[in-house]
Amino acid sequence: MREMDDVFKALASPARRRLLDALRAHNGLTLRELCTHLDMTRQAVTQHLERLEQANLVATVRRGREKLHYLNPVPIHAIYERWIRKYDRKPLEALRDLKRLLEGEDDG
Amino acid sequence: MGKPEFVYITYIATSPEKLWNALLDPKLTAQYWQHENVSDWKAGSKWEHRAFDEARSLRLVGRVIESQPPRRLVLTWAYPGDTAPEEKHSRVTFDLEPAGDTVRLTVTHENFQLESDMFDRIRNGWPKVLSSLKSLLETGRALPKLW
Repeated sequence: MREMDDVFKALASPARRRLLDALRAHNGLTLRELCTHLDMTRQAVTQHLERLEQANLVATVRRGREKLHYLNPVPIHAIYERWIRKYDRKPLEALRDLKRLLEGEDDG
Repeated sequence: MGKPEFVYITYIATSPEKLWNALLDPKLTAQYWQHENVSDWKAGSKWEHRAFDEARSLRLVGRVIESQPPRRLVLTWAYPGDTAPEEKHSRVTFDLEPAGDTVRLTVTHENFQLESDMFDRIRNGWPKVLSSLKSLLETGRALPKLW
């Protein structure tokens, strides 16, 4: 269960969720590119990336001299399978759609 | 080739040999992927990805570019009717590295063509397949009804 603890802890930070959102929109960014997408210092982004990598929510590859960062949704999918899909997901989807409709698209 | 479009990582409590076998064995892929992977898996050979149903309809085709058991497998990955030259087909790399009591599996998918609808299907597909593979190897049960 260590894995899941790391995922929930990593997701508990709004800044790290924003970072994941940035990668969802533009997968494969370098650290420098990520900093331009986010209003955070380079040092803060570096620290958040470390936590996200540790939780396996961010995957990195090297291409030449560059390190590229990717959103890795596999651990989140495992949580989805364990807590949601087992139950009926149709009513949940209806509730989510209602929430989006009432609150606007971005529920951060 | 530019930068990869997708990189997925999962840690699976198994051995590299068992994981390698699970990627290639049609009986095992039928369980966790609900499709069969079929090939002799030698570099240069063709491989096929078939639905696990009566018709065994062909879903994907490609060629084995590199095969280093139990560490690295590189495949081209295309729809059966794709008439583009092979170097324009998308490419999947499986890297298996021991990590403590687990194996770190990295799946890199790259070289997509802009006009292909494969991109969206891939985005949704790999996390399911990898979760199901992990579940099968760690608990003996794959995830039900993937597709």
